[in-house]
Amino acid sequence: MTVAVNPSQTGEPVFYLADEHPHPEGYSTSLGFWIYLMSDCLIFAMLFAAFGVLGANYAAGPAPKDLFDLDLVAVNTSMLLLSSITYGFAMLTMQQNKIAQTQMWLLITGLFGAAFIGIELTEFAHMIHEGATPQRSAFLSAFFTLVGTHGLHVSCGLIWLMTLMVQVWRFGLIEANRRRLMCLSMFWHFLDVVWIGVFTFVYLLGVLR
Amino acid sequence: MSPDLLKFIFGRLGFDSLPIHELILVGTFAVVALGGVTLLAGLTYFRLWGYLWREWFTTVDHKRIGIMYMILGIVMLLRGFADALMMRAQQAMAFGGSEGFLPAHHYDQVFTAHGVIMIFFVAMPLVTGLMNFVVPLQIGARDVSFPFLNNFSFWMTVGGAVLVMLSLFIGEFARTGWLAYPPLSNIGYSPDVGVDYYIWGLQVAGVGTTLSGINLICTIVKLRCPGMTMMRMPVFTWTSLCTNILIVASFPVLTVVLALLSLDRYVGTNFFTNDFGGSPMMYVNLIWIWGHPEVYILVLPAFGIFSEVTSTFSGKRLFGYTSMVYATVVITILSYLVWLHHFFTMGSGASVNSFFGITTMIISIPTGAKMFNWLFTMYRGRIRYELPMMWTIAFMLTFVLGGMTGVLLAVPPADFVLHNSLFLIAHFHNVIIGGVVFGAFAGINYWFPKAFGFRLDPFWGKCSFWFWVTGFYMAFMPLYVLGLMGVTRRLRVFDDPSLQIWFVIAAIGAGLVFLGILSMLMQFAVSFLKREQLKDVTGDPWDARTLEWATSSPPPDYNFAFTPVVHDNDAWWDMKKRGYQRPLTGFKPIHMPSSTGTGIILAGFATAMGFGLVWYMWWLAALSFIAMLAVGIGHTFNYHRDFDIPADDVIRTEDARTKLLAGAK
Repeated sequence: MTVAVNPSQTGEPVFYLADEHPHPEGYSTSLGFWIYLMSDCLIFAMLFAAFGVLGANYAAGPAPKDLFDLDLVAVNTSMLLLSSITYGFAMLTMQQNKIAQTQMWLLITGLFGAAFIGIELTEFAHMIHEGATPQRSAFLSAFFTLVGTHGLHVSCGLIWLMTLMVQVWRFGLIEANRRRLMCLSMFWHFLDVVWIGVFTFVYLLGVLR
Repeated sequence: MSPDLLKFIFGRLGFDSLPIHELILVGTFAVVALGGVTLLAGLTYFRLWGYLWREWFTTVDHKRIGIMYMILGIVMLLRGFADALMMRAQQAMAFGGSEGFLPAHHYDQVFTAHGVIMIFFVAMPLVTGLMNFVVPLQIGARDVSFPFLNNFSFWMTVGGAVLVMLSLFIGEFARTGWLAYPPLSNIGYSPDVGVDYYIWGLQVAGVGTTLSGINLICTIVKLRCPGMTMMRMPVFTWTSLCTNILIVASFPVLTVVLALLSLDRYVGTNFFTNDFGGSPMMYVNLIWIWGHPEVYILVLPAFGIFSEVTSTFSGKRLFGYTSMVYATVVITILSYLVWLHHFFTMGSGASVNSFFGITTMIISIPTGAKMFNWLFTMYRGRIRYELPMMWTIAFMLTFVLGGMTGVLLAVPPADFVLHNSLFLIAHFHNVIIGGVVFGAFAGINYWFPKAFGFRLDPFWGKCSFWFWVTGFYMAFMPLYVLGLMGVTRRLRVFDDPSLQIWFVIAAIGAGLVFLGILSMLMQFAVSFLKREQLKDVTGDPWDARTLEWATSSPPPDYNFAFTPVVHDNDAWWDMKKRGYQRPLTGFKPIHMPSSTGTGIILAGFATAMGFGLVWYMWWLAALSFIAMLAVGIGHTFNYHRDFDIPADDVIRTEDARTKLLAGAK
């Protein structure tokens, strides 16, 4: 909206642009993606709220203290945090137009992400093996759903990451691919932020409770 | 075949799932099938498939997508209204030992389907359709921010509607009421497919709604033409912005609450169960945190339509533009702070109830401000009683009445008496029909000439208007009376014979509304036949004020040959007043998005996945999901999504319009 709308030289009001330039491709993408992220944030907010309401309803079943292995969760958290840092490096090398290094950092990010998912699945399997299934109590339903939804997001992020690696490999760091990497970057950091919430409210406060 | 294999392939779908013993459904199926086959045969005979696919199904043009939304809304209105007629007939008959003609199992599906269809697949498509069509034109844009997403959103909405319609003939629909409260909607009390159809129908459509919300927010924020500051946006664009913010900020809540319900049903979790620590009331809270904003999602665009119409047909600038904008924003915010008034009887205690009662009453203040703004706009205006204006005046009278009963219901002690009664039913039909439906009809009559290049026939339009308005009052005023006498909602049979007369009056009212709907269909048909007589060559048939009237009717694919520059919030009025000359030369190629079939294909797989999940056909659900993923990823490998309309084409289109305009003078 920065285009001059003042009267032309003749003093007549200007009612149209005789010489216009179309909006560049992806003009609205970052705003749109932000809004999408906020709507996704609301999904997590609701799951947190459900956990807040149901989180102490153990139904005479296991409580967080009996279930959570904070050491394992700490390792898992570091996986995700490290993956965020390496994604940051990928973005830095992308700015410098270094395709090979960008790809390398993306790959490392993906590996950290996969490690996170692996550890989470191990934790889930262990809990289920001990009888702490999602069906056991409302607390466990809310726990598995909140943490599982986050894990599902990370898995989607991994699929997206692989797709983008293929696209960068095939088409290079063209404008469209940079934009996509930028979106995935926001998505990835967003999941990190959500995980901090999960770590704090579900695990740490859970063990304290 | 072995039973195991059959079970694997068909899940729980079997011959007994087909409602062959319910005569009404068999009859309906016969009619629908006959109509469907005729339609398909007709399309094939006239070789229209290619045209439809190329020009409509795969289009990314916001105008065509808007029109398709409107068609979806009107088609679903017929279905939703058929349910309404059945309910009114049942309740008028079921007295003195008579059971009426609907067994409980069917009746409960009818009232659930009526609510779901009217809100999600009538009101939402009508509102979204109008926003889609009008907003880019009003802000001087060529299309929405994400044209492909727009097409995809539309087809997801259709997918949801298809699932709900399928439940009519394959299996059954939910018998839970339109919000499917647990524990009734949980697997223990609703073990059949009804609630699953409900869940997946709404989830598929919900994705579309959320995405189209994001899309329109971006469009309004990013694609306004030069000079159009926020405070110069037409009021309809403002209300659309607020509505889409509400969509994005509330539909994810619906998504989550339905996902949790489906986990309870499919996996056996305990979110909303009575035991193992579940909380059914959490469902009620969560779904109304979506549900109350939803009410405003529907009515805000209607307020926008009335603002445009009042101003145009009074020949005056809208009174109190700024206060109108602020009122809209205040309503947007307040709509999140009132959800608990839907269940004062939950037992949250006096303080909580008072808080939500007061916030609810406060909403009537900005709404009242709007009402006065419209009245002051009309005051000393030269009012032309064309159809859009007639609907607007009917709205003002009806909506004030509905608003007042709403304030009455907002008083918690009064609500304890009226809760769940027909008084409530009368209230929300009073505001939804009087607000949203009348608004949609005002909008349809107002923008139809813009969309198709000819006006709608006034005679049949007036028939429709009078049948609808009188029918509405006859159908719902008796429900207020019955509600005050203590009759609760969703009843199938009655004992007290003194109540019958009121139900008979209500049924007659519904019959009048039916005539109103028929007249509207007649209006479309007659207008099409008389399109030469009703033709609009100027592009501005109402002497209107906003930018959409600056271009031709119907607008060219690119909307505006040159991007307009705006100096006033009645931009087109300002242009007319200050001697704007339409440019005749200097046309350039115009950059536009290309059509794609990806949206309809993705939505098709999503619908198939929903169907698979409803019937426990896990293979179908899994395959459709993988297919969706593959098609979606495949689509991202297409980097060439737009093209240039050559300057020659633009010149040809614009020259044709120049000739038309010369002929008009």
